[in-house]
Amino acid sequence: MGRGPTRKEFATDQDVRWCPGCGDYAILASVQTAFAKLGVPREKFVVVSGIGCSSRFPYYMNTYGFHTLHGRAPGVATGIKLTRPDLSVWVVTGDGDALAIGAGHLLHALRRNVGIRILLFNNRIYGLTKGQASPTSETGKTTPSTPGGVADRPFRPVALALAAGATFVARSVDRFGAHLQEMIERAARHEGAALIEILQNCNIFNDGAFAEVTGRAGREENVLYLEHGRPLRFGPDGSRGLALDGAGGLVEVDPGQAPGRVLVHDERAPDSAVPDLLARLDAPVPLGVFRDVSAPALEQVLRERREAARRARDGGLAELLAGPNAWTVP
Amino acid sequence: MITPGEPLASRPVPEGGSRVTIRIAGDSGDGIQLAGGRFAGATALAGNDLATLPDFPAEIRAPAGTLPGVSGYQIQFASTEVLTPGDRADVLVAFNPAALRVNLPDLRPGGVVIVNSTAFEDETGLRKAGYETNPLEDGSLDGYRVHPVAIGRLTREALADSGLGARQVERCKNFFALGLLSWMFARPLEPTLRWIERRFRDRPDLAEANRRALTAGYHFGDTARLFETPLEIPPAEVAAGVWRALDGNEAIALALATLAERSGLDVLLASYPITPASTVLHRTSRLEAFGVTTFQAEDEIGAVGAALGASFAGGLGVTTTSGPGLALKGEFLGLAVMTELPLVVIDIQRGGPSTGLPTRTEQADLLMALFGRHGEAPLPVLAPRSPGDCFWTVLEAARIALRSMTPVVVLSEGYLANGSEPFRVPGEDELPEIRPRRLSDPQRFEGTYVRDPETLARPWIAPGTPGLEHRIGGLEKDELGRVSYDPDNHERMVAARAAKIARIADDLPPAALEEGEPGDDLLVIGWGGTWGAITEAVRAERAAGRRVASLHLRHLNPLPRGLAELAGRFPRVLVAERNCGQLALLLRGRLGLDVESFTRVRGIPFVVAELRERIAAIVGGGVS
Ligand SMILES: Cc1ncc(C[n+]2csc(CCOP(=O)(O)OP(=O)(O)O)c2C)c(N)n1
Ligand code: SF4
Ligand SMILES: [Mg+2]
Repeated sequence: MGRGPTRKEFATDQDVRWCPGCGDYAILASVQTAFAKLGVPREKFVVVSGIGCSSRFPYYMNTYGFHTLHGRAPGVATGIKLTRPDLSVWVVTGDGDALAIGAGHLLHALRRNVGIRILLFNNRIYGLTKGQASPTSETGKTTPSTPGGVADRPFRPVALALAAGATFVARSVDRFGAHLQEMIERAARHEGAALIEILQNCNIFNDGAFAEVTGRAGREENVLYLEHGRPLRFGPDGSRGLALDGAGGLVEVDPGQAPGRVLVHDERAPDSAVPDLLARLDAPVPLGVFRDVSAPALEQVLRERREAARRARDGGLAELLAGPNAWTVP
Repeated sequence: MITPGEPLASRPVPEGGSRVTIRIAGDSGDGIQLAGGRFAGATALAGNDLATLPDFPAEIRAPAGTLPGVSGYQIQFASTEVLTPGDRADVLVAFNPAALRVNLPDLRPGGVVIVNSTAFEDETGLRKAGYETNPLEDGSLDGYRVHPVAIGRLTREALADSGLGARQVERCKNFFALGLLSWMFARPLEPTLRWIERRFRDRPDLAEANRRALTAGYHFGDTARLFETPLEIPPAEVAAGVWRALDGNEAIALALATLAERSGLDVLLASYPITPASTVLHRTSRLEAFGVTTFQAEDEIGAVGAALGASFAGGLGVTTTSGPGLALKGEFLGLAVMTELPLVVIDIQRGGPSTGLPTRTEQADLLMALFGRHGEAPLPVLAPRSPGDCFWTVLEAARIALRSMTPVVVLSEGYLANGSEPFRVPGEDELPEIRPRRLSDPQRFEGTYVRDPETLARPWIAPGTPGLEHRIGGLEKDELGRVSYDPDNHERMVAARAAKIARIADDLPPAALEEGEPGDDLLVIGWGGTWGAITEAVRAERAAGRRVASLHLRHLNPLPRGLAELAGRFPRVLVAERNCGQLALLLRGRLGLDVESFTRVRGIPFVVAELRERIAAIVGGGVS
């Protein structure tokens, strides 16, 4: 593979218009850095987005880009990928975009395992429309549209993706550049659909959205890094561990006391039972790859069928148009 | 002309007639559509011109024997041009009492009724159809020529030793009736026998049973002599060439394969099932070998999104739907207008609003197609005039979409989708050139919205092209493709998008009359699937001495040039359409034409006689 474009070459000359301090800046930098590491020519990237602050993303990426409709990016990305399987197709979406108006499209894209990479910027709020509650807002949160507090319960994006049968699901954080870049690189190399939930701060409408993870203390206490083949340990010096509780749930154990009980992370497990449990945790917060399994990507399946049909074709257009029951008038 | 009828004891059509309209009707489980379709196929092969009107209930299996469960298939065929499936049937084949009751009003006085008398032997069947007494015995059919044929019993007898169960035997009745009709109208059995062969390749027992039922019906005709001899309708005089029977949805599928093959583009048909559009998806999904990929999306929005994505990626996106689905696609059409990408959207209209009459036909989506979007979002709208014309109209829509970088809406309708007619298969040299114009040379790139001076289209650049990376989207852009909120820029861009669509008219044939000449007393204007009925009515009135002309619109936007001038040469203009006056509103608003309306919204094609009455009332006089 030749030298790919540099990180700087992925930047456009459009002024970036997010609020100063918005978590989206850090994500943009990480995506540009990670793309540069892939060694793929710029013209092979397509970034597709919906509507929202996050969905302005394509304008800032010097690749092909399509800023589409609220919630509808997965369909457009699917059409692109089915037409051009050789392209690296990315979807940038927000929690409202992906999980409210576009929830159906998102789940079906994952179910189909079409080879698109979805970056879900979760700031637990509607940023662009000025701070209304989103499908990931916590119960009780007061916002302009929920002055009495959010009355319903939030979605967990990773759990939803797993339930849809996603073959690659990961979570990272806007500010954790190195980790986020690693997740992006892994998603890029996955065959089939990939989703990364990126915890993102909106310092205007939901400041400290994930303070329990991003704060200095929180990072040490609450983050559980998922690493394939490594025990599920977290806390200072890995002093806490997770084990199966025998009743279908997870329980915290002391690895010093019961080292054998601590679960070893298996992102390639054929069924998603343990990843499902991890996806439902509020504390600790797992970061990393929940699931990475291989299954045929839709675009490949359709291509192969088409090629097989072409090879088996036993007539040209003229025969097709005439059909089996034509007659000739002299 | 019909071959001299030796003494036909009971001719189904008036003396000298060379055209026949038959309606087959029965329960929706009786295989009526299949029998009708096969009869049409054999009739086409026999060289007659024809038009068909399938009519089936919205429910897959409404309760057996009830009035709502009745399914019908009408076909008119002749030695001369056939423009409509016929106002009224000359021959009605009724499989049960409900079918008789529902369809009798559409049989002409003195017409022939062939009833499956087996189904009239039991009380419940009569009661379900609301008959207190048996209509075969109570004299209520006196004005008709009734032939009771025990189709049910005769089929059972023919298949007595077939080894099939009673229900399977019962389901072969349609082939018995088809055999009988084949004898009556001298249709060859071979095409149907061949079809049975193919269809039941894996079920030799069913193939044998249907073959036997078919031939039994045929021989019954010969022995029972409902008519002295078969009524022969000789082939129509048509242009030389290869011909086939074709329905509108099959025509669309063939057009998509033609498009892919001729343009070299990857065509993606992305759709969500909806009556009466679904069969386009079914049929196209068998045409992968020709370069068309099909994708059944999770809903209509996902479908049009995928189609638009395909076009952005340098292929051609197509989506098929019906009215409710077009409503859902509206926001994406706005995006397609804004991003100026090619896209073909085919709306097979049905009776609305809402679920309305899902299996019936209507033309009431015209204004939605033209204007049903947010913002100023003009796009071309086309409508085919006949089943076979769906083929040409879809090719024309794609040509415009690719040439002008715009979404295009095609308005077909249930009547065209399900109806069939003989279609002259075009040779390769008759197919239009479809040359996508994609830009791949960065030296020639000036800006995402810098327009071609001739077509005003923006350049089409497929991702993967080095050096031309760019971003498009729903936000307003300037010529160079940068997001712009500048008021003057927006006004300029709105005007530029509109001018691009208006300019398509430069490329279209100017408005021209179908029938009649300028200065006649009346001009009838129609669009889409009413062409056959309007043409038949106008020709008949002209033959009766009335000076009436007609003009039929394929392009609803932009309208052909010269339309206002041409219409202005007639003292009166009548717009005939199957909605409440949508084209009339357009012509008044766009061209300032003073028009009158003839409208019907009964979910069925125009009744030619009604249209003729209206024409006669306006023009007056006449010699008939
Ligand atoms: C059809 C439609 N409905 C509503 C909107 C208004 N709208 C724009 S963005 C948005 C929510 C964005 O929230 P999210 O997806 O979380 O993105 P964020 O701005 O937080 O990045 C809404 C409701 C729209 N643009 N289109
Ligand atoms: S509103 Fe929030 S999400 Fe949007 S740009 Fe500002 S900080 Fe970022
Ligand atoms: Mg948000």
